[in-house]
Formats: sequence, structure tokens, C-alpha cells
Amino acid sequence: MLAASLLIASFVIFAAVYLAPGNPISALSGGRSLPASSVALLEQRYHLNDPFFVRYWYWLDGALHGNLGISITLREDVSTLIASRIWTTAGLVLYASLLIVVFGIGLGILSGLRPGLVDTGTLMVTAFSAAIPAFVAAIVLILLFAVRLRWFPALGNGTGFLDNVRHLTLPAVALAVSSLAIVARVTRATVREEAGREHVQTAVSRGIPARQLIRRHVLRNAAIPITTITGITIASLIAVAAVVETAFSLNGLGAYLVQAAESKDLAVVQGISLVLVTAFVMVNLIVDLLYAVLDPRVTLGSRAQ
Amino acid sequence: MSAATLTPQKRGQAVLAARARPLGQLRATGPAGIAAACAIAAATFLAVFGAVLAPYNGNLADLSLAWVGPTGGHLLGFDFQGRDVLSRLLAGARTSMLGPFAVVLMSMTAGTVLAVTSAWRRGLTDSVVSSGLDILFAFPGILLAVLATAVFGPGLTAASIALAIAYMPYVARVLRGAALKERSQPYVAALEVQGAPATVICLRHLVPNMMPLIVAQATIMFGWAMVDLAAISFLGLGVQPPSPNWGVMISENQTGIMQGYPLPALAAGICIVVVVIAFNILGERLFARAEAERA
Repeated sequence: MLAASLLIASFVIFAAVYLAPGNPISALSGGRSLPASSVALLEQRYHLNDPFFVRYWYWLDGALHGNLGISITLREDVSTLIASRIWTTAGLVLYASLLIVVFGIGLGILSGLRPGLVDTGTLMVTAFSAAIPAFVAAIVLILLFAVRLRWFPALGNGTGFLDNVRHLTLPAVALAVSSLAIVARVTRATVREEAGREHVQTAVSRGIPARQLIRRHVLRNAAIPITTITGITIASLIAVAAVVETAFSLNGLGAYLVQAAESKDLAVVQGISLVLVTAFVMVNLIVDLLYAVLDPRVTLGSRAQ
Repeated sequence: MSAATLTPQKRGQAVLAARARPLGQLRATGPAGIAAACAIAAATFLAVFGAVLAPYNGNLADLSLAWVGPTGGHLLGFDFQGRDVLSRLLAGARTSMLGPFAVVLMSMTAGTVLAVTSAWRRGLTDSVVSSGLDILFAFPGILLAVLATAVFGPGLTAASIALAIAYMPYVARVLRGAALKERSQPYVAALEVQGAPATVICLRHLVPNMMPLIVAQATIMFGWAMVDLAAISFLGLGVQPPSPNWGVMISENQTGIMQGYPLPALAAGICIVVVVIAFNILGERLFARAEAERA
């Protein structure tokens, strides 16, 4: 299923670019007219005269061997360009995921278990922050923490590990903010529902200590829906990272994809789309595998409810 | 009144009453729902009349007024090219609301048709549609929109169509379950026995009965589409400057944040957030009601 969906996704990406209007030769030459010999050479090198499926096969075969073609604007190997930028995006998404898991799930559990002021406050704050798009969060964070308070740098990647983390902090928060709120709300609702169930009341009446009760009877049962929503939101970050990278002038895959889309550098668009779709499918696969770990009733190969 | 205890007759009456009185339906969403609906109505009004109401020409640049703050006649001051921010916000409501509206219309129509068709025919049709939609799930909306604008050139049309395609599987998945449930209701069997054609049963009975859920789903989806399309415009791949648009206004005035003139970018951001919150709140309430009614 995974391989099939990746294969079809790669086909869609290739076909979409194949259908793009415009003459590939003039895109390669930058609009200048070329002598017939150069045109023939280019046609041969890029398999321009071959049938559609043959060209798709060449591209897929190359992609599987790490060869994604050459960027027209930068005259460099697309795989090299992707490799030099992938860690910024991966770091950003991982950092944001960490924030979502720690603070989103933590806040959700806290407010799910303690009705009252904390709960009401969490509900109101998350209703608001769930509606903040990443780029709006970005400008507000830059304004507050980079321009006014000067705690964090506003733009760029930084050098060295610690400096990188410092530079990625505001972008990661901007990326995480709405997903974090959604995860917190779903976690809260699930925990509240599980805590009200009969077997929990039975366990309370039998005098099982609160810690054990929460861990083994509430959280264990709430784990599957929480994993589902966390997985979905983290997977969606992979695409939204493009927006955050652009807002913070980070040198990542998404920002590069947007530049390539603007300059119609289609080999780059194809390559990055393929990488991002693969990452997206992989995150979903990991979530499916986690179900089997969390719930012994789920056998691999079937779908979790 | 707990919806779970309703007899079939009472439930039928409630559904019919809701169909006849959409405003009563809205009142049942509570004060927050009504406030959200008012905000949505205001934004829709601005989408239609905003350009007429704008006090100045939002495209008239005067570089000597760049970044000038609020003054008497210009409540929100001027942007990076010395254009009136309030006028651009009002005029920009149109593209900012029209794009999401088109996305919701397209994805809801296609999603409903797919859901009802596969629930009605089941078997092969159902499995083909379901696996097709599963593959579409592999494409995040923003990525598909960027891909579309790379291929067909930047603009609202390509981005909206791409987003509609990306949202379609989410719509179809929710509605397919509801359509399957509705399909097994006795009234459908009764109509079939009377010889009513499938399209008539679906269009006149099945889809209208699913309407509360469809409207709730559309409301939630409008908020998503607003965020994603504004993001595409922010990236420079959607609405093209100098056309006014809330997403474009944030990106073109982002330099003001660094230079100490945050108002133009923030004002556009606030417009987006307010509209999205309104759609989220109303959508959540409508969903809860639709679910309770169906239970």
C-alpha cells in the first residue's frame, strides 16, 4: 500500500509537470534560440522526444538512484541542492513536533484531568490560537521576541548547533502554534471521556492510587486518538514549513520549493515535491506502526479505529 | 432535551423543522455561534461591498507617505508604498473570501457526489473511489497548490482548484459514513419499492437529510481554505500584487515589522484570524448539533 501510494504520487508529480505549458528547450536555453545541433543534444539528454511513459521511467529510475536532474536556474544537481537544505526543514519540523508532543499533549492531559480554571483557560486560549496561521504567528513572534525584546534572532539559519537551535526557536513556535492548540483540545476531550468511563470509576472505588489510575486506565486508553491527531498535525507541518521558512528567510526545502515554483524551475519542483510527499507518507506509516505498539488488539496490516 | 432519546417521529419532525427554519438552527448554536455567524456575515458583506466602501483608492501609491502611522482621515495609516491600509483591507476582503468560497464549493460538491455515489452503489465503485481518495491523502493541500502554481503559473484559480482537490478526500470520508447510514434507513427502501429512480432518491431525500452535516463540514473547511489560500498568497503564488489581498498585505509589509511599523501587516493578520476563528466556532457548533441529531 505504501509503495503503491508513493508510486502513484510520483506519477502524479511527474505528469503534472509534464503537462506544464511552455517549451522545455526554451526554458533550458533561457529563451535564446539555439543551433540545431545543441537542440538535438538537449533533446537527447533530457529524453524530450521519447514517449511519456519512457520519460517517466527515466525520471523514476534516476530518482530511485538519487538523481533528480539539474536545476535550470542554479545549474546544479537537484539532489545536491536538496541534501544541503533538507536538515533545516527536518530540524524545524522535528523541533515543532517536539513542542506539540510536550506542550500540546501535556496541556491537554492537564486540562482534561483538572476541570476548573486551568481547563477553562486552556480551552479559551486554544480556541484562539488554533485559528492563527503560521505566517501570522511568524510576524507576531518576530515583532515581540526579535524586534521588541531581542531575545531571538529574526531571520536566517545561524552557524553551529546551538546557534541553529536559537535561530530555529521562533520558526518552530510559529509552525507549532495552531497544531499545538488542536492537539491540546483533542487530547483534553479524549482524556475527559476516558476518565468518566465505568472502569475508571470502578478502579477509583477500589482505591487504586491516582498515578497508576491515570497512567494505566486513562492514558493507556486515550493513547490511540491522541496519537492519531498528533500524527495528522505533524504530517501537515511538512508542507506548512514552506510558509514558515519563507517568513523567517530560512534556507530550507520549502522556501526553495517556493522559489523554484516562482522561477518555473520544474526539475527542482518535482524533486522537492517527491521528497515532501515521501516524508508525509512516512510519518503516516510511523503512526500506523505506533497503533500496534500502543494497542495489542491492533495487528499490523489491519487498520486502527 | 437529549437527542438520543428522540423517537423516530420526533427526530423526523425536528429535521423537517430545521430544514424549514435555518435561522432557528443557528439560534440553537448558542451566543458564541451567533456572534461567529455575525462576524461571518460582516466579512461576507465586505467581500461584496468592501471595494465600494473603501474611503480611498487602495492602489494609489505615494512613496512620501510610506509607513506613516494612523492620522485623522486614514485610520490605519499607510503601507510600505504609502497606500491607505484601511482601503486595502476593505478592498482585499473580496479575494480573501472569494478564494476559500470557491474551494469549499468545489470540494463539497465533488466530495458529496463521490460519497453518495460510493455509498449508494457500494461494491466495486466504493472500493475504487476509496482507494483513489486514499492516494490523494498523500498530498498535503499547500504542496498540491504550490505544485499547481508552478505548472500553471501563479494565481488564485490554480491554487483554489488544487486545494479543492486536496480537501476532497476529507469531505468524502466524513460524508460517506453518513451517506451509508442514511442509505440503510427504511424510507430509502420504501422509496425504492415505489420505483423512485436512484438519482431522485439521492437528490431529493438523501442529500437534503445530510444537509446539516454538509453545512457543518463546509463551515469548518472554509476556515482551512482561508488559512491555506492566504498562505499561498503570502508566498507570492496566489493573488498577485498590487491587487489587495490579506495574505499579500502581510508579505509585502513584512519589512515594516523589522523597521518598527508593524500595523499594516498586523491589521491584515488580525482580519484573517478573526474570520478563521468565526468559521471554526460556528463549524464546531454546527457539527455537534448535526452529530446529536443523527445519533
